[in-house]
Amino acid sequence: MNPFHYTRASDVSDAIRQIAADPAAKFIAGGTNLIDLMKYDVEHPARLVDISHLPLRSVEETSGGGLRIGALVPNSDLAYHPLIEQRYPLIASAILSGASQQLRNMASTGGNLVQRTRCFYFYDAVTPCNKRQPGSGCSAISGINRINAILGTSEACIATHPSDLCVALAALEAIVHVVGPAGARAIAFSDFHRLPGDTPQRDTNLEPNEIITAIELPPKGFRANYSYLKIRDRLSYAFALVSVAAALELDGDTIKEARLALGGVAHKPWRVTAAEAALRGQRADAGAFAQAADLVLRGAKGYGHNNFKIGLARRAIVRTLSQAARGTPQSQSVKKIR
Amino acid sequence: MAQSDTAEAIRTTVTAPQKIPVTLTVNGARVELAIAPWTTLLDALRDRLDLTGTKKGCDHGQCGACTVLVDGRRINSCLTLAVMKEGAEVTTVEGLATDGTLHPLQQAFIDHDAFQCGYCTSGQICSAAGLIAEGKAKTADEIRELMSGNICRCGAYPNIVAAIQQAMERS
Repeated sequence: MNPFHYTRASDVSDAIRQIAADPAAKFIAGGTNLIDLMKYDVEHPARLVDISHLPLRSVEETSGGGLRIGALVPNSDLAYHPLIEQRYPLIASAILSGASQQLRNMASTGGNLVQRTRCFYFYDAVTPCNKRQPGSGCSAISGINRINAILGTSEACIATHPSDLCVALAALEAIVHVVGPAGARAIAFSDFHRLPGDTPQRDTNLEPNEIITAIELPPKGFRANYSYLKIRDRLSYAFALVSVAAALELDGDTIKEARLALGGVAHKPWRVTAAEAALRGQRADAGAFAQAADLVLRGAKGYGHNNFKIGLARRAIVRTLSQAARGTPQSQSVKKIR
Repeated sequence: MAQSDTAEAIRTTVTAPQKIPVTLTVNGARVELAIAPWTTLLDALRDRLDLTGTKKGCDHGQCGACTVLVDGRRINSCLTLAVMKEGAEVTTVEGLATDGTLHPLQQAFIDHDAFQCGYCTSGQICSAAGLIAEGKAKTADEIRELMSGNICRCGAYPNIVAAIQQAMERS
């Protein structure tokens, strides 16, 4: 790790003041990704501004019937929070499918959103990577790209976003609350993460010197019919090759509303509202689910090692929607997929 | 700006990172350290406090050998800066036994031969202590899932699960 200065922020305003005063400064909260990247010399901040002690740790009901989650609520506390377990079990399931309990105890809700890709080449400081060093090239496109993206890619970057929580937040249409030097604003979840385009170094639309203060969940939690299915190279403690968050509102056998988001396949949680619209009014059966899967995967493109992801994603979408429709969500401890 | 003014500006704005005073309670004892900000909790425990029971395996949060309890919760000490834990209570494997009596998990690991080389064991035991305190794991499947952050390269997993089940029953 490079030497750096360390200071603590006393409140949110002080955090913004400190980060704005030093262009080479970064916030640190849980540290599970940033410290790792510093050890690999991918990140080398001259100053860390510690925000982990700020009072952003509450989970509160909003006047509109939703939930406001403080940005510093640890992932494990969020997964086991009674209001999340009861009203938003898709969130709990997605969190518990990711990382390990030690990491979930450390990692913050806000930090989960701004964690960086696990593309091998991003981590390998001696190879070209446009995300790490803009303009240097993409090693993954012609390299070992088994874990890389099949949707929304560019010639500059085929990295994926590694979060599970974010896939569930995308499906539930969460809102990201941020504060910066220009004041507070709210960002729709679909606008928070970016596609790589020709600026893959920018993962999100968070402006410099802005801090995430809270994540807001709308009232609809789809607690009766949901599932989060994560397919990976080992049964636990691995990043998704493909993951699917599915949530349905049913009227008998008929789909009233559908939500569908994919992880492990793109630079951001992948959601196609046309596929959700196509499910509305249909009978909840394999035929409708397959049709939705085709819409989600329209334009999918493999890069060699990751070609398998297209078929895998298609089957995973159908399976996850079936689990959601049956009301039998994927268990994150018993790994058998039914 | 004259050259000397520029040099003065650099001197006043660029300062070498300073060691920072940190107070921790480690295994019940209060310790005060002056520590460089980039020192991980793992390195502080091993190199400054000579508590080498906590192991450095991968140093990247992928193996769990460095697991300790901070304020009662299990974390990876390799991904934690010591300066961020001002005022915290840290428990390492050295702090689990009381008055010369092994912690029930330590005894269970011996009873079930839940290790071979032993390098992951202190992390496994601290992690299992955290798991029991959380109270979320009831079945063997749940123990396996919630212990997945601790890798055992010797493959002692069945015995580790059996040891944790024994300790859970007796706690």
